[in-house]
Amino acid sequence: MTDRSRLERVLRAGRFAVTAELNPPDSADPQAVYDRALVLASVCDAINATDASGANVHMSSVGVCALLTRAGYEPVLQVSCRDRNRIAIQGDLLGAAAMGVRNVLCLTGDGVQAGDQPEAKPVFDLDSTTLLRTARLLRDQGRFLSGRRLEQRPRFFLGAAANPFAPPYDFRAVQLAKKVEAGAQFVQTQYCFDIPRLKQFLSQTGDLGLHGRVCILVGVGPLRSAKAAEWMRTHVPGVHIPDEVIRRLAAVPSDRQRDAGRDLCVEIIQQVRDLPGVCGVHVMAYRQEELVAEIIEAAGLLPRSTQAGMFNPDGTEEKAN
Amino acid sequence: MSWIQDRPRLLEAAYRGTQALLRPFGRRLRRGGWVERVFVAGEKLTKGPLFDCRMCGQCILHSTGMTCPMTCPKTMRNGPCGGVRLDGRCEVKPDMDCVWLTAWERSKRMSAFGQEIRRVQPPLDRRLEGTSAWINDATGEGARVPAGWSE
Repeated sequence: MTDRSRLERVLRAGRFAVTAELNPPDSADPQAVYDRALVLASVCDAINATDASGANVHMSSVGVCALLTRAGYEPVLQVSCRDRNRIAIQGDLLGAAAMGVRNVLCLTGDGVQAGDQPEAKPVFDLDSTTLLRTARLLRDQGRFLSGRRLEQRPRFFLGAAANPFAPPYDFRAVQLAKKVEAGAQFVQTQYCFDIPRLKQFLSQTGDLGLHGRVCILVGVGPLRSAKAAEWMRTHVPGVHIPDEVIRRLAAVPSDRQRDAGRDLCVEIIQQVRDLPGVCGVHVMAYRQEELVAEIIEAAGLLPRSTQAGMFNPDGTEEKAN
Repeated sequence: MSWIQDRPRLLEAAYRGTQALLRPFGRRLRRGGWVERVFVAGEKLTKGPLFDCRMCGQCILHSTGMTCPMTCPKTMRNGPCGGVRLDGRCEVKPDMDCVWLTAWERSKRMSAFGQEIRRVQPPLDRRLEGTSAWINDATGEGARVPAGWSE
């Protein structure tokens, strides 16, 4: 039982989970990581350390996670296939496990053109699906992809990303089924600003029988202003913000748009939390980490509910206590 | 050309035919030497204009709606990335359509291999790049997976 990550235990207990994204600093100072973690830790079950998200270089996710586990925090290691081949990734997975990392989010990664060094060589040796299966292989078979045996297996709770808001819409649920088959136990979605589209996705994942097998955490986040929202949807790959959201923010005076963005985020959490298949939310407050606590409190997620035993990722009965 | 590209059932039949024709020779076909050079030239000549083939040497066209996944800038073989634009264009190259939109639409129209798109594809063997996928299919080399992959 203690082998399981805190995030996994929360989800297995059927409690509504909250994860939050920590954006790694452009700094060699560990304090920069701890400052960011401090505002997140008390209001979420796990902290995601992004891996050069948007193809912008920052402190590595392995480094951030090592700092976080050292201080007793619960990280989710994000691993992208853009910058490392299968040799480097498997080594990093073992290294992270040795540092106490239990949760791994397997991503393909944004293209290098999105970031500050578009002249870099994109790797993409694995993709998110083959990465998931590789991580599961290390854990379940105690082997590398090459077949070579490990002396000690890592204990991972494996996650994947999903973007129900990008075409081809009716393939997205099928794709999630592939990721679950490859090893995904939880999913964190891209920012959700389109509830009807999310509902459609959830009904498809339900039809595919995924709801008992994978925990879906819906991605949410506060928009700082109408201008910031416009920038995000044109510059950040995969983020789709409907026009009415932008209009709603733009209708408020600019000094109050930040509050409006926060309120919208709270509203979205309240609208998605009881949808079938939704097991939690993943809060991404890029450069607004200080808002996360406020949002989670306003959404009524503090204190957490403690109903027991609704979810079993591996299909076995959870023993009492 | 686009007429035939948009006939996935015809193409999957051609795929089946090629496979049936070559597999019996699996034992006698070898990579290296003039035979492979002929095959490689033949593949470039046919699959090049038809699929914009990138000669990965491990053809899975029948699993991806007879649409080459290697033309994806991230060479995704298991499905689209999360970056696809609202208009269906590619995140990396906005002037091209996402390969997977086409792949998914075409696979729905395929009779023999339409369900193959739901299967998890193993990682590529990068050593096979530039070799003949037809020979690799006949010898079984193209379907070989990393030793740890199969459970």
